[in-house]
Amino acid sequence: MSRHESGRGVSRRQFLVVSAALGGGLLMQVSCKRNENAATGGNAPGAGGTPNPSIFVRIDPDDTIHVTIPKSEMGQGVRTALAMFVAEELDADWSRMRAEAASYDPALGSQGTGGSGSVLDTHSRLRVAGASMRLMLVAAAAKKLGVDASELTTKDSKVLHAASSRSLSYGELAADAAALAVPANVTLRKPEEWKLLGTEGVRSLDVQDIIHGRAKYGLDVRRDGMLFASVERAHTFGATVKSFDATRALAVPGVKQVIEVRREKAGEPRDVFGGAAGIHSGVAVVATNTWAAMQGRKALTVQWDLGPHAQETSASYAAFMRDAVEKTGTEIVNKIGDPDGELAKATDVLKADYEFPFLAHATMEPQNCTAQFANGTMELWSPTQFPDWATSAVAEHLALDPKQVKVHVTPLMGGGFGRRINPDFSVEAAVIAKEVNGAPVQVVWTREDDMRHDFYRQCAIHRIEAALGADGHPVAMRHRLSSPAIDASGGKAGKFGAGESDGIGNHVYRVPHRSTEYTLLASGVPRGWWRAVNTTHGTFALESFIDEMAAKAGKDPYEYRLALIDKWVVDSPKDSTQFPFNPERFRTVLTLAAEKAGWGQPLPPGHAVGIAQNVPDHLTYAAEVVEASVVNGKIKVHRVVVAVDCGRVYNPDGARAQLEGGIVQALSAALGESITIEDGGVVEGNFDTYKLLRIGGEPVKIECHWVTNDAYPVTGLGEPSVPPFFPALANAIAKATGRRPRSMPLQLST
Amino acid sequence: MGDRPPSRGPFPCTELDVELTINGKPTTVDAPADMPLLWALRDVVGLTGTKFGCGISQCGACTVHVNGTPTRSCSITVGAAQGRAITTIEGLAKDSVDHAVQQAWAELNVPQCGYCQAGQVMTAAALIDKNPNPTDAQIDAAMQGNLCRCGTYVRIRAAIKRAAEIHRGATA
Repeated sequence: MSRHESGRGVSRRQFLVVSAALGGGLLMQVSCKRNENAATGGNAPGAGGTPNPSIFVRIDPDDTIHVTIPKSEMGQGVRTALAMFVAEELDADWSRMRAEAASYDPALGSQGTGGSGSVLDTHSRLRVAGASMRLMLVAAAAKKLGVDASELTTKDSKVLHAASSRSLSYGELAADAAALAVPANVTLRKPEEWKLLGTEGVRSLDVQDIIHGRAKYGLDVRRDGMLFASVERAHTFGATVKSFDATRALAVPGVKQVIEVRREKAGEPRDVFGGAAGIHSGVAVVATNTWAAMQGRKALTVQWDLGPHAQETSASYAAFMRDAVEKTGTEIVNKIGDPDGELAKATDVLKADYEFPFLAHATMEPQNCTAQFANGTMELWSPTQFPDWATSAVAEHLALDPKQVKVHVTPLMGGGFGRRINPDFSVEAAVIAKEVNGAPVQVVWTREDDMRHDFYRQCAIHRIEAALGADGHPVAMRHRLSSPAIDASGGKAGKFGAGESDGIGNHVYRVPHRSTEYTLLASGVPRGWWRAVNTTHGTFALESFIDEMAAKAGKDPYEYRLALIDKWVVDSPKDSTQFPFNPERFRTVLTLAAEKAGWGQPLPPGHAVGIAQNVPDHLTYAAEVVEASVVNGKIKVHRVVVAVDCGRVYNPDGARAQLEGGIVQALSAALGESITIEDGGVVEGNFDTYKLLRIGGEPVKIECHWVTNDAYPVTGLGEPSVPPFFPALANAIAKATGRRPRSMPLQLST
Repeated sequence: MGDRPPSRGPFPCTELDVELTINGKPTTVDAPADMPLLWALRDVVGLTGTKFGCGISQCGACTVHVNGTPTRSCSITVGAAQGRAITTIEGLAKDSVDHAVQQAWAELNVPQCGYCQAGQVMTAAALIDKNPNPTDAQIDAAMQGNLCRCGTYVRIRAAIKRAAEIHRGATA
């Protein structure tokens, strides 16, 4: 038996509770323990360790099967994937499966979505639930038809009695089945028996709604008597409203009310950090429609106190970080052997600096939230990844009992990538709703609001120095990093090096003397979790440097990597039991990617390939080979081969979508994305200045390969294809042009 | 709406009760003439399938057809749309038959978060209607104004080619 609840004869039934559904169906409550591995919990408040978020499966008399999912759907396909586990064991007609979003209920446990953990958290119990329901439906049919259950089979939401050519649909049997006990034991199907799991072309449960304009996102929430708000927020982070004049705004047709939004909790004095919620000081214009609210906002006059961050710029940050990596870090994150001594006595030290800008999430649906405060209850309809945090942050900010806060997660959200973890948009909407006399208010962020008030992927500078031995392998390696830490966002104090250096301090390569040092940059810019988080910069630096060492040693970068991966890494800034990096799994994905890409084979003129792998911070191993060329200074990606080991892939089409999406998003960041800070605020506002990749720029071909490895838990695919893409592309460009890009977005001048 | 100004009041751009034809239906829209069509569709008419992404014709999420031409509804006023035929994503399927682009989109599971996809589908449908056999360069040109953050471009391209096949099959 492996560590997860795979396989046969699972006998733990206490997590299933059956009841009759309203309207005569069957309702199964599935308590799904949250996987307590911190690797999947993220470090957001409300995440990790909390037990028992529930999933509900309901069979209606009309044969529709609803799965209510306490996970946020942002395009990662979680609704389809989780419903597949139920449908497989239930033998359900896939075309009658429906997914619904769960409202947040604290009694049911954590509902956070992040860290690529949804499938890991829930899949085994969903399969047991499906199998149990199938047995109950068969038992109900046996009674109804007066035959022995052993004579019955199931297919496409029907119980069949072949001998008498009779059949009953699940809908017809649901009420009877609901009165039966949950079976004590079920046998799950073996992979070779699967009809749905592991098969190609399973239709997404949401695609029909999306292509007909019926899908409901945060901005599509509509309530009776609803008002709309647009908020003028401080441009400089930490600035606060000194005074404002609403006269002209209130004269705009449709404008109802103008409200100051304070960053501070109710009754507290002004605070430039605004507490845990991270909302911004501003002025909200509330109107009968979005356009009127926006017009009213334009007519506001606001005077600001600029606060302590108004002098900060991207240039001042870069100057600090460049200076910081010249010196020993203020935190020694980890150290093995004597890297400083070895570097001091080496005659030839290889040294490289890698620089990274802030990045915006730029979800296609701007942040928004609808809130209503009536009869002492604050009700929110929020496109949030963490309803738990939204609930506690709203309660804390407005001094409400958490029981007075009810958060509905919207059925879909227009992209997340980590942005919707933070509760700021929920809290801000609640602050405004509290001042509006009982009416629901939808707070609509413009694109500029969204771009300038994100929680950004942090800027960073890495310096790596190494001494190579006679065999060309590294003897010593010192990695210095300076950044404004995610966890220090909002002025919090503490040690941040271990988190920030995730993916570099704990890398898998054999280096006898090595260390990681960290120096915090103070900054007023809010930082957050951007798809794959710290490994988006760390992996670029580390995997570029591995290639630089291979080049210096005169070795093939693929062979060089394999030669340096041979043992379990036990010294890590995080508990190694949480990050049991397995050298065999690294070697397997590297080898698979190289083989499928035809590593070493001749390429068209001007093309070159680069290889890189990730550090599996969510326990999925990934390696990529990127084939690229540079023509007239323009980078073109011709082919990406990605190989992953996530235990097992259950929805190949969805898995491929996640890998493709991660690669395209990484390419977008690599080629054009950068947030600039001037006067303590963000310069870029819309897509004319923050350049996302457009069609035609995507890789010509993306090929996905995976290994099946049931010895390990199934892990996520939302993030792992992002980090290795950056260095694999840089390594290809370095080879194609002889010039190595060491900063992002990739620049070809150095 | 008791606080609205008189229909010929002091605001020169304000004109109420604009007559629009949306998805084949004559519709009276209670909105000032300078309101962008996007917000009139979403907040006044109640058709939320057309999405707000940028407000300045940079992302294409709000694409509708105006007399068959893909148009960013954030950048055309209801006044300018008056008297023209507007088709939104809700009205793209004709007589319950999906457009070839919708069929291909479902077949290839194109959407991820789906937020940009109404705009992608509307732009692609206009392309296929005009050019039933587009080249890669023609796809790039037509779809250049539609951003997708989830990175579905690989599938969008494949689905447009598949839609072209479906379209040619249906009209052959």
